[in-house]
Parts: sequence; structure tokens; C-alpha cells
Amino acid sequence: MKVGLFIPCYIDQFYPQVGIATLSLLEKLGCEVVYPQGQTCCGQPMANSGFEHLTTGCNELFVDHFQDYDYIVGPSGSCVLHIKEHLHVHGQEEAATHVRQHIYELAEFLTDVLHVTSLPAKFPHKVGVHQSCHGQRGLGLAQMSELVAAPFSKPQQLLQMVEGLELVNLKRTDECCGFGGTFCVFEEAVSVKMGKDRITDHVNNGAEYITGNDVSCLMHLEGILRRQQSPVKVLHIAEILNNSL
Amino acid sequence: MIEHKEHAELAEKFNADEARVDWHDETLWWVRQKRDKMAWSIPEWENLREAASRIKHNVLGNLHDYLLEFERNAQQNGAVVHWAADAAEHNRIVLGLLKEHGVQRMVKSKSMLTEECHLNPYLAENGIEVIDTDLGERIVQLAKEAPSHIVLPCIHKKKEEIGELFHEHLGTPEGNADPKFLTAAARLHLRKEFIQSRVAITGVNFAVAETGEMVVCTNEGNADMGAHLADVHIACMGVEKIIPKRRHLGVFLRLLARSATGQPITTYSSHFRQPKEGQQLHIVLVDNGRSRQLGREDFRNSLKCIRCGACMNTCPVYRRSGGHSYHNAIAGPIGAILAPNLDMKEYKDLPFASTLCGSCSNVCPVKIDIHQQLYKWRQVITQEGYSDTSKKAGMQAMNFVLSKPGVFKFAGSAGRLMMRTFPGILNIKLNPWAKQREMPEAPKLSFAEWYKKNKK
Repeated sequence: MKVGLFIPCYIDQFYPQVGIATLSLLEKLGCEVVYPQGQTCCGQPMANSGFEHLTTGCNELFVDHFQDYDYIVGPSGSCVLHIKEHLHVHGQEEAATHVRQHIYELAEFLTDVLHVTSLPAKFPHKVGVHQSCHGQRGLGLAQMSELVAAPFSKPQQLLQMVEGLELVNLKRTDECCGFGGTFCVFEEAVSVKMGKDRITDHVNNGAEYITGNDVSCLMHLEGILRRQQSPVKVLHIAEILNNSL
Repeated sequence: MIEHKEHAELAEKFNADEARVDWHDETLWWVRQKRDKMAWSIPEWENLREAASRIKHNVLGNLHDYLLEFERNAQQNGAVVHWAADAAEHNRIVLGLLKEHGVQRMVKSKSMLTEECHLNPYLAENGIEVIDTDLGERIVQLAKEAPSHIVLPCIHKKKEEIGELFHEHLGTPEGNADPKFLTAAARLHLRKEFIQSRVAITGVNFAVAETGEMVVCTNEGNADMGAHLADVHIACMGVEKIIPKRRHLGVFLRLLARSATGQPITTYSSHFRQPKEGQQLHIVLVDNGRSRQLGREDFRNSLKCIRCGACMNTCPVYRRSGGHSYHNAIAGPIGAILAPNLDMKEYKDLPFASTLCGSCSNVCPVKIDIHQQLYKWRQVITQEGYSDTSKKAGMQAMNFVLSKPGVFKFAGSAGRLMMRTFPGILNIKLNPWAKQREMPEAPKLSFAEWYKKNKK
């Protein structure tokens, strides 16, 4: 099984440790992983701002880099969802379709493709899960609080395999953190207020760490936590699942 | 030139009082939780939503026929049917009827359509005073404000503020903010209006093509009170309010109140079929952009809306920005996909007042893909040239960097080097990220650089 590792642009630039943890975790689980050099971005920042027509370059790059892999895996629900919903390249539609149909967010790749049932991971801390919207409502990583349906959560299923880790219960299980791409700067006031409210929920319930499947949401929450000089830290789920102490 | 303030600016103003934002958020979240509880009490809830969505799908595909069927049956029942192409024509029709009956003051129950058409100010200009009889509507009317929510019009007001308003306008004792007492005072005040009013306007929740009847849902019975006491009942409705058959009502009535307020059903679900003896019943069918929306394939489904407001209660942005920040009769996610159809320039900001979290689509009782339509409106608004020049330039620059791996690599390492060399360089006022957030720390190596060094 040849896995193409997709590291979104801002993870590449600001959170390389998340990419390293993802790669290491996948290799630990027996995958042959390649990081195609020269990849940049899924195009979502432009598309969500109303400039989908400017994403041709990103789309072409994405297909060029990833069309030859059995699976494409990335540590970001939001970027993966964008590819799944919007990747099209004129004249290369077959390759684009292959990519759209074989791209996975890390947690769902672990639960649905690798069928992981145990992990050699240890993390003796209280952890709150921030359920990012695109992963949850877009990719279906967890049951949504709005729907009348049976509960499940792929990220929590994985975190429960981690020795010593204690999940904290939140008052609002799947409220948006307010990152929202360029929303975080164009609607700064509401964005920050949403982030602060999410943090309060985690802190009130005793979380020492906030984890999630999207670094973008975590980056936003981390920015607020650091400004508040809070001792609470954020970690991407890959960093916890890959942590063996 | 922006002639009015946009959502972001109005929302920032709303956020100046954080305690109030918390209160607003908690109040609406409580309504959302009531809705959840009610939804969970019905095992077939998701099937019900699907059924409602499909019935409306059928309606939108056959609207022309159903409207004519409704008109025919309504006329047979003794109603007079009027057709209005737009808000102006709707207002002219209503004014004409009021003038015909020599009326200068009349009662109106809740109708988002008349808000959309700005009927109240129009009638005021023509010397006619409208008394809104829904309690929440009356409160915002006394405060000279617009409703901030389609179901809970004065949800932005605290009871103390309502006490002050009533003291000023209805003569209740100063400092009395007891909701029960204030409601009783409003009831007395409104009763007088009901008795004196010779014309009553109501909205319409559902119009049944098969029977020509209309169903109006209220919790206060104010639509009934107005319509039964007046000589003339004018019912104003958007053309999308049609449902094919009476038996379909069961699906919608079960969904409406549960989604809206977490009640099993509205206190009054009143059927108006024919005028009683000596009374006139007028029905005004209003298009006002609905045909245009019907023709936009990507946005057609927005016309399925039954105005329950569930998308507002669940929207994390609405709860923290308030209804007035949407500067439109219908606020929240549904307002943001309806408004650009009415005036794309005026409402170009609304589809961007969302994180696209998708919660709205999940609570919608008729399964409108609201967040997908927000995304699509963003594309349309940009394509039609309503994007700010600075945003456009920013996006073009972003595209330049992200479509060229070499440029991306160079810009990334140069940017990170700057951030490491001059910490705090981006923590400036001009950077909205850093106003209340720290910038992420810039690592020495990007992932790609680390990979090259360690793996390949």
C-alpha cells in the first residue's frame, strides 16, 4: 500500500512537528509513505473566500503530486474535505477523481482503512477533543449533535487506545471554534469570541490539552491560549497517537 | 462605497459588551437544546425531515400549477386573491384595501413577508398606523427597532429593558420587569386594539392547494383574535408557502414548532378557509424575487424554508453577533442565502458571515443545504464583481505563491526567518489575527525541509 502524505501549507510552514508525527505514526503502522516534494496547498483559502476560479494552479499541482498513490492521507479534515468536494482538473478528470476518492483524513484512514484496534501510545493527561466542523459534519468523523442518530467518534475511538489518556466531557460537544479560514480575520471579533468560548468549555472541564484533527482550529485556539497565558496546550491528534514517551 | 455598515463591523459593535454576548448566546443555545430534546423524542425525526424536504421539492417543481389550484379553491371559498410581483406592488395592494375601508389604524400578526416588504414604514408614510400584535413584535415596534430573529423577534432584549419600554409606552410601574406582569399589561393594551380594529393582517405558514385554506401558527392566538374580530382579513404570503394537500400539514406542523422553539406544536394552528358572513378575506400572493431564486439552480432549495429559525439558534456566529448585524429582515444563515437574491450588492457581506460549520444544514427541518449555498453565493458574489479590491489583490497574491512550489518554498522560509529575527513583527494593529491572538511560532525548518534532510 503506497500512501502519499499530504501536508497542508500552513502545517508545512508552522507546524512541521504535526507532519513528522503523522509520517512516523503511519510508518509505525506499516504503511509505505512518500511525501511528494513540491506540493503546496489544497486551494481552500481562496475558494472559501469566493475565489474558487483562482484555484486552477493549486488543483493541477495537487493532481500532479498525488495521482499515483493508492491512498492520500493528510492530518487535516478541512483540507481533505475541500479536495473531496472541489478537486477538478480540466483534461485530467480521471486522475482528479482517483484523488478525490482515495484521500483520507488521518483518523478515518486509521479506523476505516487500516482498521487499527490498538496503538503503542501513552499520554497520561486530561484531554479535550475539539471536533472540527469540516471533519465532523463534512467527512463524518463523528456523530453530529444535531442529528437523531447513534453516537460514534473516530477520533475518540483512537484516543481511547492511548494509555493513561483521560477524555474530558464538554458542555457543547461540537460547536465551531470560529476559525473558519479567512473568517478569522475578516470577522475577527466573532471569531475570537467563538474561540474563547470553546476554550472556556475545555478549561472548565479540566482539560490540560486540547486536541483535534485540524491544525487550523488548533492554531486559532493556541493563539488565544497563548495571549491569555494559559497553561493549557494544544496538540494535533497525530502527536498524541504517536507519543510513546 | 459602502452605504451601510457590514456584518463584521456591526458584529464587532455587538461584541463590545461581552457579558451581553454570553447572555445572548446562552439564551439561544437553550432554545437549540430544547429543539434537540424534542427531535430525540421522535424516533422517525430524520425521516420526517426527508419527507418534508421532498414535499417541498415537489412544490417547487410544480409551483405554477399548485398556485393556480390554490387560487381557484380559495376563490371558490369566497376569498379574493391578489397577485403581487414585488414588495412595492404588495404594499400598494394592502394600502388600497385599507383606503377602501377607510382604515387608519389596524392590527397585524406576525408576518416575515411584510417585514421583507417593509410594509409598516410604507403604511406609516401613508398615514396608517400598524399595531403588531405578536408580543415580541410589539416590543420591538415600541422600541422602534426591527425584529432580530424571525421567531423570537425581541430575543436581543432583556426583561428589564422591556419593563422600561412598557413603563414609557404603556404606563406600567417603573422598575417592574416581571415577565408575567408585563405580559398581562401587553394583553390589556392589545385587547383594546383588537376590539377597535376593522382590518387585520396576518401572515401565512402554509397554504393548501387542494383546499384553498391557509394555516397560521401562533403561540398567542393573536392572529385568530385579529382575524375573527375584524371585518376584513388580509393574509399576506410568499408564493413558496404552498403545500399540495391537507394531509401534508401533519409533516410540517410536527417539524415546525419542534425546530423553532422545542414545543411539540404551536399553541394555535389555525385554519382559515372562508370568510364568515359579512367578512372579507383577501389573500395577497407575493413573488418579490422568488421566481428569480427558483431559476437559480444552486439556490432554489432555499425556497423550501418554513421560517422556523432553527438555523439561527444553532448558528455560533448568529448567537454571537445578534440578528441586527445581518441588516436584513431575515437574519442568520437562512437570511444570508435569501438576501443576496434580493440585492446582491447590499447583502454581499452576508454569505461571508459564516464559518461554514454546517450546523444550520443539520438542524434545518426541510434539509436546505444552507452552508453549501453560502459557499456558492461567495463564488457568485465574487464573479459578479462585488469583492473588495484589497481582498481580490490578496487572493491573487496568494494564488501566485501557492501555484508555484518554488515561490511557496522561498516565501515560506523568508517569512519564517523574518518572524524569528523580529519576534512580534506581526503583532501589530494592522494584523487582525494578532489583535487578540498570538501568531504561531515560526520553526526553523518547514516540514518539506525537514523531510529532505532526514528522509530523502
